[in-house]
Formats: sequence, structure tokens, C-alpha cells
Amino acid sequence: MKPAAFGYARPADWGAALALLAEGARPVSGGQSLGPMLNLRLAQPGRVADLRHLPGFAGVETTPVGLRIGAGTTHAAIEDGAVPGRTGEILARVARRIAYRAVRNRGTIGGSLAHADPAADWVAVLPCFAGQAVALGPAGERRIPLDAFVLGIFETALRGDEVLRAIELPALPPGTRWGHWKFCRKPGEFSKATACVLAVPGAAPRAVLAALDAPPLVIADASALLAAPADEAARIVAPLGLEPWRAALARTALIRAATEAA
Amino acid sequence: MSKVPVRLTVNGRPAEAFVEPRTHLADLLRGELLLTGTHLGCEHGVCGACTVELDGAPARACITHAGACDGATVRTIEGFGEDAVMAALREAFTAEHALQCGYCTPGMLVTARDIVLRLPEADEARVREELAGNLCRCTGYRGIVRAILGVLAARRAQPVAAIPSGR
Repeated sequence: MKPAAFGYARPADWGAALALLAEGARPVSGGQSLGPMLNLRLAQPGRVADLRHLPGFAGVETTPVGLRIGAGTTHAAIEDGAVPGRTGEILARVARRIAYRAVRNRGTIGGSLAHADPAADWVAVLPCFAGQAVALGPAGERRIPLDAFVLGIFETALRGDEVLRAIELPALPPGTRWGHWKFCRKPGEFSKATACVLAVPGAAPRAVLAALDAPPLVIADASALLAAPADEAARIVAPLGLEPWRAALARTALIRAATEAA
Repeated sequence: MSKVPVRLTVNGRPAEAFVEPRTHLADLLRGELLLTGTHLGCEHGVCGACTVELDGAPARACITHAGACDGATVRTIEGFGEDAVMAALREAFTAEHALQCGYCTPGMLVTARDIVLRLPEADEARVREELAGNLCRCTGYRGIVRAILGVLAARRAQPVAAIPSGR
């Protein structure tokens, strides 16, 4: 349970951070996912680049189109209300159920998303929002839609020379409905199936089914799921080829999220 | 990999260690600073035995590596001697038989103090939810939950000041 040897660098600015990445350093933020993987030697980077101290890495800004959440904003800050409005209410509920408070105090929304563990909470929830991941690379910032960010297990649309700088989300109107269900046998453990449904007035409701050892499944128009949850959940889950117990959890998570959002 | 200097504040005093970057905070505290009150269980962030206060909030010492601790403020179980909340928790843990083998106790107490200060209205269900990240292999949760609920109730009746952390 001791990591293999690695070097440590703490870049003072974003240019230095990108230079370290170009040299092959592994970016780390709160280290609450990478830390265990280092100890278990599942990850053996030659050097880590600690992004925690970079200016503007943490914190939430209100922009003309919505909210910009610094990638280094901790789950605990979100749980405690760092994100304003209806969007913040929804994110706070999700954050409270991520792992344990001691982990939430260090772990960050951007670190978790960029790590792209299929069972992670933000990986499951953020594709529901019509938002974007802001990647910073040598050519500046580029935006990646959140429903196209996680491509596979531990695989994202970030290029090797980019870091996740922020997450931009719409400010949701007060009447926005939200449903979320996460199957854990013990609070804080990795989910066995997660579903969420976001219904913004005037737009097609969106749903995500996740934590199934695969990238999140985005349902761009979940109107049918809201109208007939049981039938539609069965139709969504049937082609996924899950073991019967996992399929049952996935169907039930979808039904419960849809029922809550209805 | 060569060793690097790590300067931090531990229990109110400046400390320095010369360690490999892969050294985790718990090994730094135990092996270099001889503060063996911080216990190690799983060493991958699940069991909570190594929970310490890092920059004012509970954190897992086993998955926080040395480089990240440079400049940090740490309080271990040895650093709560003057803290009124921790004193109340120690008494309650004793009264409710919340220590059995004692291995999980340092992490339990750091988490318990956070529950008491952050969630003054917590009920039994919430206390149990918050304790999910600290494993007691003696399965002594009943006493631990009773001790925390007792301190919460006493504070609601008569608040006690907490000594704030170093930050």
C-alpha cells in the first residue's frame, strides 16, 4: 500500500502546468481518486503536477450565460452551497452523497470528471446538463459538451496536453425538476447503478444512466421515460447486455429518478 | 527518487521532514515526526483510521502525499488536548464504551468532532450516515453513535466553544 516512487511538482501558473503536462507529468487535483490508485500501484506516474494551488482553479463565477465552476472546486464546497440558484441546489444534493466528508474536503469536481471513473458521481450527473467542459491547452481554452466528455472507462475527450480548467453550466430556472437515484449498499461506496433526470421548463427532459462499467448513457429526450417510467426503463436497459441483477438495479434507478422528476 | 523537504505546521508548531514525494502524510507523521496517534488501516482511503484535520477540515492522511502537504496545517489526535469539543467527545466515548480495541478511535474522534461542529442538528440517521467513512471492525458503532448524539444534545442545551484550527 505504498506508491511506487514518483516526482512531485507544484506549478506556479497555468503555463508552467501545461509545460509539465507536455513533459508527461500526471495532473492531480484533490488526489482522492488518484491517491488510492497510487497506493495500490494501479497508477505509476513518473511525476505528478499538483494543480491545487493554481490561481482561479477553485471557485464559482456567475457569467452572462450561467455558471463557471473552477475544476478545483471541492465536493464539500459544492455540498455547502458554493454554487448559487437551482443549479446549486441540485449539485449540493449530489455532492453530499459523494464518498465521505473527509474525501469531499479534498476531492474536486474537475478532478473527478477528468479521472472518468464510470461509477463516479459527477461523471453520471453532469451529462444531464446542457453545459460544457472547459479544456485548457497550449492554444488556449476550448469547450467540450458535457455529454461528449467522458468517452470510456477512465477515458475523456481531453488531449494529452490539456487540463480541465472549469465546468460551465446553465443557470437553471426555479421550476426545473430533478430526479436522482444511486444504488449503494453502504453510504459512500461506489455506485452500482446511477440514474438522473433533468427537466428544464420549455426543453426536452434529459436523462443519464451510469455506473454500469461503461461510459454514461445519455438519453437526450427522456419524455417517454417520464410518461411511462417502467416500460421505458425496460426498453432502455434491455440492449445493454447487463447481468440480470445489474439490469434490475439500472431499471429501478431509472424508474426512481424519473418518478422523482415527474 | 530523491527526498524533498516538506515544511508544515503540525499541532500548532512548525515541523519539517525530508522525505520521498511518495511518502503519505500518515507515514510522515508517524515515521518522521513520531506522532503515532494517527493510525493506518486500509491505506487506500476507505477505512478512515488515518483521518486527521488538514487545513481546517478532516482528510485522509493515507492518500495525501508529502508534496501536497508542503505549507499545510495539520492537527492530529495528539493536538486536541485543549479543545473543549474533543474533551467532551473523549468523556462521552469513555462513558458509552465507544472504544473497544481503540484502533479506529483517532479517526473516529476527528470525524465526530467535525459532525458536532458542522451539523449541530444531526439526528441518529445523519450521524450514522456521516460515520460511514470510518470503519470499526469491533462493530462498536452503537456506543460511538450514542457518544456523539450525547455530545450533540449537551451542546444544544449549553454550547461549548471550540478552539479553532490553526488556519
